[in-house]
Amino acid sequence: MSERLMQLEVLRYNPESDGETRFQSYEVPCRDEWVVLDALNYVKEHLDPTLSYRWSCHMAVCGSCGMMVNGEPKLACKAFVRDYPEHIRIEPLAHFPVERDLVTVIEDFVSKLASVKPYLIPKKEQPLSSGEYLQTPAQLKKYKQYTLCINCMLCYSACPEYGLIPAFIGPAAITLAHRYNQDSRDGGRNERQEVIAQQVGVWECNFVGACSEVCPKHVDPASALQQVKVASTMDWYKEHLMPWLNK
Amino acid sequence: MAEQVNRKPYVREVSPTRWFLRDRRYMRYMAREVTCLFIGAYTLMLLVGIARLAQGPAAYEAFLAALREPASIVFQVLTLGFALYHTTTWFNVTPKALPLQIGEEFVPGGAVAGAHYVLWALISVVILFLAGVF
Repeated sequence: MSERLMQLEVLRYNPESDGETRFQSYEVPCRDEWVVLDALNYVKEHLDPTLSYRWSCHMAVCGSCGMMVNGEPKLACKAFVRDYPEHIRIEPLAHFPVERDLVTVIEDFVSKLASVKPYLIPKKEQPLSSGEYLQTPAQLKKYKQYTLCINCMLCYSACPEYGLIPAFIGPAAITLAHRYNQDSRDGGRNERQEVIAQQVGVWECNFVGACSEVCPKHVDPASALQQVKVASTMDWYKEHLMPWLNK
Repeated sequence: MAEQVNRKPYVREVSPTRWFLRDRRYMRYMAREVTCLFIGAYTLMLLVGIARLAQGPAAYEAFLAALREPASIVFQVLTLGFALYHTTTWFNVTPKALPLQIGEEFVPGGAVAGAHYVLWALISVVILFLAGVF
């Protein structure tokens, strides 16, 4: 088991005493199988207990430990130190305000997520006695990829539109809206369109595609957003050119 | 009672003019978008050609002569390169906007993008045929 001395340059910010962010360096003897989160835990346990960061599962499921690793949005638990040179720069997720050190303010994302109603709104409420809402494998496959989202917000950090226009509903929330819209058991599309078809909804997306490239779960938000654009455009044509269809 | 927490989040500003320098993906995006300006300029050139044609044979001949100027040829070659870049980068992302599910399985992305290339080639052949090349 080999060990390598790594230089961790970590962004620090203490809201009680700092007016600005600053970088602090730590020398960490990293083992080959370590991820960046292990190196941060080493700092916290052995070098500096004041360092703050979020983490929970250590296995790319909870989506808590998103941060910028050498300028790239990454889950700290999925970024192996062996893939980096001796010097690693760690910053909080880009585009989010810094609460303290590597902890970001995520209320904006959480409220946007809630606004798209990311849950099943059945077409017709059925009594429990009528059993499950059934679905074929093909109907499941239509949206399954989008269910893999863990709300880690790496896509918001990668999205330049979100950085420039913070009102943008953003990749993950619109993708989850699309996930439920694509679900054969769901009837809530009209309610979600109120949010995602507006200007700060899907139309702020310029299809840079960075969201899909950084997604640790291969959800492909860029694809979902382009499909929402196509569907919303079809809505417009149906409403304006074929009004009799809406009768 | 929990102690009142005074929050003072730090906002990192994003430069409205230099944001795309941060990431190679943003540069790639800008390259895709900027190339459309050349396609727009070429389209304007074609419109000028139609206007010259309406003015009579002499004006149209002068327009054709201007097209053969070295600077004009450089512009046309550049525009061809940029148009190819613009077109291929857009065609290659079409599977994301138009995923096609037949039965349970999705059609491979390459087939969706490939269909665009085939259609592009067919339309080009038809236009060349109408232009009397064959």
